[in-house]
Amino acid sequence: MKSPLFSMRVDAIEPPKIKIDFAQLRKPGVISLSIGEPDFETPWEIKQAGIEAIQNGYTFYADDSGLPKLRSEISAYVKRRYDLNYDPNGEILVSVGASEAIDLAFRAFLNEGDEVIIPQPAYNSYGPLVTLVGGKVVGVDLYEKNAFRLQPDDFEKTITPASKLLVLNYPHNPTGAIMEKADLEKIAEVCLKHNLYVVSDEIYSELTYGKKHCSIAALPGMKERTIYISGFSKAFAMTGWRLGYLCAPKEAIAHIRKVHQYGSLAAPTISQYAALEALKNGQEETAKMKRAYDERRRYLIKALKEMKLDCFAPEGAFYVFPCIKKTGLSSEEFVNRLFTEEKLLLISGTAFGPLGEGYVRISYAYSLDKLKEGMERLARFLSKHR
Amino acid sequence: MENKDIEKLLELLEKDSTLSEDELADLLGLTPEKIHALKAKASEDGMIIGYQAVIDWGKVADELASALIEVKVTPQKGIGFDKVAHEISKFDEVSAVYLMSGGYDFAVMLERKSMKEISAFVFEKLATLPSISSTATHFILRKYKDHKIILDKADEDKRVERPL
Repeated sequence: MKSPLFSMRVDAIEPPKIKIDFAQLRKPGVISLSIGEPDFETPWEIKQAGIEAIQNGYTFYADDSGLPKLRSEISAYVKRRYDLNYDPNGEILVSVGASEAIDLAFRAFLNEGDEVIIPQPAYNSYGPLVTLVGGKVVGVDLYEKNAFRLQPDDFEKTITPASKLLVLNYPHNPTGAIMEKADLEKIAEVCLKHNLYVVSDEIYSELTYGKKHCSIAALPGMKERTIYISGFSKAFAMTGWRLGYLCAPKEAIAHIRKVHQYGSLAAPTISQYAALEALKNGQEETAKMKRAYDERRRYLIKALKEMKLDCFAPEGAFYVFPCIKKTGLSSEEFVNRLFTEEKLLLISGTAFGPLGEGYVRISYAYSLDKLKEGMERLARFLSKHR
Repeated sequence: MENKDIEKLLELLEKDSTLSEDELADLLGLTPEKIHALKAKASEDGMIIGYQAVIDWGKVADELASALIEVKVTPQKGIGFDKVAHEISKFDEVSAVYLMSGGYDFAVMLERKSMKEISAFVFEKLATLPSISSTATHFILRKYKDHKIILDKADEDKRVERPL
C-alpha cells in the first residue's frame, strides 16, 4: 500500500497560530506592534562590507562550516562577551540563521521518541522542528510569578528516561525574561544529574537591559553538554542576511556538520563577509540600538502600568508580555477586537502555546512615536473593556 | 555621572524638545525631579539656548528662498573677526553666522526671504560693512535633512509581517 502523498510528519504539524490578515494590515491607519525583528536597517559599515564582498568577487560557496576567519572571529567574540571557549576548528559552525542552527541541533541529536523539554510559552518553531524528526515535545510551564524563569523543580518533574534535550531561550521570546547565573546553575545541576543536553538559543543575548547576559555553556561541566546557538539577526539588525552559528563539542559539531553539508552546503558567503565586519567593529552600533530599545522598554512598562495592565517587567529581547486576564477576554478575542476597534495589531499569547492564554505580546522593535500611538489606542480600548 | 546624564538629556531634547519631564525620566531611567534639576542647570549654564519647532517650509506654499552666503573678510586695525561677526549677526534677516576654516571666513545663512530681500541684503547691508572684501551667494534649492530630521522621508517599514 502506498503511503499518503505528503509526509505524515509534516501533516502532523499545525500551521503557525499567529494569524495575520495581510489585506487588513495594509489598510491606512493600521498600527502593528507585532513584528519580532529589529526596525533598524543593518548598520552602514556592515552593509558596505557585504557590497565589497560582491564587488571583489567573493560570490562562491564558502567552507561548509563557515569561512575560517569568521569562525575565528566568532570564537573571539563569544570569549570576549560571554567567556565561552570554542575552537574555531571543529567546535563552531556557521548556519543559515539561528533558525537552521536549531533545526540542525535537533536533527543531529534526536532519535524516534526522544523527548525534548521545552519551557512554555515558547518561540513557535522549536516544537514543529522536534516533531519533524520524530522527537516528542514535552512542555514545562513558565510562570509570571517566577519572572518566567525556568524553575529546577518544574523542570526535573518533566524528566523521563526518554528525555534527551532541554531547550533554553533566554533572553526569552515572547516574555522578555532573562535567567541569571544563579538560576542557570540550578538548571545545570539537573542536566548533569540526569545526563541531559541543552540546546541554548541565545539569539537575544546582546539585548539585556541592566544585567549582563550569562550563558549556561559557561558553567562548569556544561560546555560538554550544550549546543550554543546565536546569530547576527538581533544583535546587528541583520535578519535578511540569514546568518547564525552553533558552538558545541567537536563530536556534536561533526554530526551537525553532516546534516548542514547535505541540506545547505554552506551559509551565504556574502553575508559571512558582512558578519565579519559586524563582529570586528559592530559593537558601537549594537550599543546604540540597545539604548533605543531600552528607552522604548521603559516607556512601555510605564504606559502599561498607567493603564493598570499587569505587566511583568522584561529585562531582555524586545518584547513585553502583559497579562490581559482582567478584561475577561481570551487572548484571541482581545487581539481580534483590538484590531477591529482600534486598528492595532498585537500577537495573542496563545501563539506561543496554551500557557500564553491570558497574555499578549507587544514588540518594541518600533519607533517611540509608533509605540505612543499604539499605547493610546490600547488605553482607549481598555477603558471600554473593563 | 551628572555630565553623562546631561549629555543624554540634551541629545533627547535636541531630537524632541516637547518631551515632558516625566517622559524624559522614563527614557533615561531617572526621576522627574532629577530631570527638572538637570534641565534647569543646562539652561542656567547656557547649554540650552532656546526651544524651536523644526519646520519643513517646503510644505508651506510660498515663494521664499534660503541662501548661504560665503563672506571673505579683510581684517582691519581694530576690527577683528568677532566684531565683524557681531555686526552681521545683528541684521534681523540673518538666521545663522559661522566662522569657517577653508576658502572663506564666514558662512551667513538667510532663511525664507524673497529674492529681492536677499539681493538687497547682500548689496546694501553686507557689502557696505568696511572689512568685507567679497561675498558669494548660494541659493538653497532643496533641503533633504535638517536638524537631524530627514525631510520628505517615505516612512516605509520594509519588514514583512510574518507568522513566526
